[in-house]
Amino acid sequence: MEDTLLEINNISVVYADVIQVLKGVSLQVPNRRIVSLLGSNGAGKTTTLKAVSGLLKPENGRVTDGAILYEGHPLENRSPEQITRLGIIQVLEGRQPFKYLTIEENLRVGTATRWGKPYRKDLELVYHYFPVLWDRRKALAGYCSGGELQMLVMGRALMAHPKLLLLDEPSLGLAPLVVEEIFRIIARINGEQQTTIILVEQNARIALEIAHYGYVMENGKIVMEGASETLKDNPDVKEFYLGGGGAGGPGAYQQPKSYRRRKRWL
Amino acid sequence: MDFFIQLLVNGLSVGFLYGLSAMGFVMIFKSSSVLNFAHGELLALGAFVFLSLHSVVQLPIGWAFLATLTGCFVLGFLIERFFLRPLIGEPLIYVIMLTVGLAAMLRGLLLLIWGGNLRTLPDFLPAWMDIQSGWLRIPPVYMAAILVGVLFLVLFGLFFKYSAQGIFMRSVADNQRAALSLGVHVRRVFALSWGIAALVAGMSGIILGLMNGISVHDLSAVGLKVFPVVILGGLNSISGAVIGGLIIGVLEAFTGGYLSPSLRDVVPYIVLVVLLLVRPYGLFGLVEIERV
Ligand SMILES: Nc1ncnc2c1ncn2[C@@H]1O[C@H](COP(=O)(O)OP(=O)(O)O)[C@@H](O)[C@H]1O
Ligand SMILES: [Mg+2]
Repeated sequence: MEDTLLEINNISVVYADVIQVLKGVSLQVPNRRIVSLLGSNGAGKTTTLKAVSGLLKPENGRVTDGAILYEGHPLENRSPEQITRLGIIQVLEGRQPFKYLTIEENLRVGTATRWGKPYRKDLELVYHYFPVLWDRRKALAGYCSGGELQMLVMGRALMAHPKLLLLDEPSLGLAPLVVEEIFRIIARINGEQQTTIILVEQNARIALEIAHYGYVMENGKIVMEGASETLKDNPDVKEFYLGGGGAGGPGAYQQPKSYRRRKRWL
Repeated sequence: MDFFIQLLVNGLSVGFLYGLSAMGFVMIFKSSSVLNFAHGELLALGAFVFLSLHSVVQLPIGWAFLATLTGCFVLGFLIERFFLRPLIGEPLIYVIMLTVGLAAMLRGLLLLIWGGNLRTLPDFLPAWMDIQSGWLRIPPVYMAAILVGVLFLVLFGLFFKYSAQGIFMRSVADNQRAALSLGVHVRRVFALSWGIAALVAGMSGIILGLMNGISVHDLSAVGLKVFPVVILGGLNSISGAVIGGLIIGVLEAFTGGYLSPSLRDVVPYIVLVVLLLVRPYGLFGLVEIERV
């Protein structure tokens, strides 16, 4: 049984009332799954996440068309304060720690949506997934390494008991071994905490390792979608996102969707 | 030597008040990047409201004090809510002009209600605050300034270090976008910092009023002193603001005592300018962490 947690229906997003970035994006996120959103720089992945989390607003962006339904309720253009309290937490691209707060204080900010409730158990849970954070809990976040910070911002989000976690390029700028470790933990969190995850990545290889389903974005539109296994074998995905592979081989032009995309590339 | 110590004590106690006012100013700046040019008027307002609650409404001192502080807090909250919030996201210069306008408006209101003359607060401080040991004498108002200064510093230190709201406030100052992404109520943090800043300013105003009498112009001018203090301490550092306040207070006392009372208000600024040339980020400005 796959009930849908989040459904994005044909949304358009405009910044500053003139710059149209998303042009009719639709995607579905089944409960308790990892859905990966792939695409190169500037495709509109971050904008899609922000449309869901409400963080478009402070950047002067707006959903002008279409609908975002979360558990059946419309989300478009609600404030981040409201949306986070529905259990949707976005982990921002580029990590964004509170540099002058200690690791543990950073984690406490994650309790903002349920201020005043006990949080000891949640700290323990975060330290269970990320033991490094326990060792560094008294250190200022500004002095931590990139890998530690990625764990910190994910742990900080976990403190909020998210039902839907939006991860924006967790692998960005990290060493391959650290990336492996972080993705293993993402998969565990998904399995053990039943957290639904949208995973935005440029690193398609590792994202499709742990995701159940994937979408590929290009120029503000979804150009391809499919189960992870299918996408991994798709020659276009291989060529553009997995590095090398069957360039222009037979089958590349068979799907109309990928054909349209090819035309834009040329 | 006696004279030196006496000046030092006087300077430190006034410095605590400067430091506390500056702390409120820095708090507003850190959380919402607003420079509040109406800070001195908030000081004056606190002193006058207290005066009226005590001498006109005839509230007992303790109640008048509490009511004034509560009133200041609420006023700060409302100023943010009705004047600054509509300007969130607008260019900084608009926001600065707004606080300049607010200052003029408040000053006009104060003059209208209480007039421009120097008023005096009744001397209500208890006798035990009059410290006399050998040659050193600490008059009650100076003792009160020191006590209140230390008390509030400890309270705020604990609040920012351990309480959830304090940590949320620091998170907003640190990285507003990240705070927003975690559901921190950023606008509430802005309002809270205005409330706290106005409360502290009102309290400093009352004690400064006890020291030198209350006049709209004198107390608003103390608001201007907030600038050298925060520049000295670093615009980003709350503890720097307090230490900057202490330094300016002591410098003033020494200048007044050793050089000439008419130079009191000048020498600190000269020292300040020299210091700025050497350390443009202030003595205690945050060292930017560049790792990340
Ligand atoms: N705040 C903004 N104002 C104007 N344009 C923006 C803003 N944020 C992003 N964009 C533009 O939207 C496009 C998509 O950006 P983004 O969603 O960040 O892509 P991705 O995350 O896939 O790299 C880019 O062309 C970018 O320049
Ligand atoms: Mg992005």
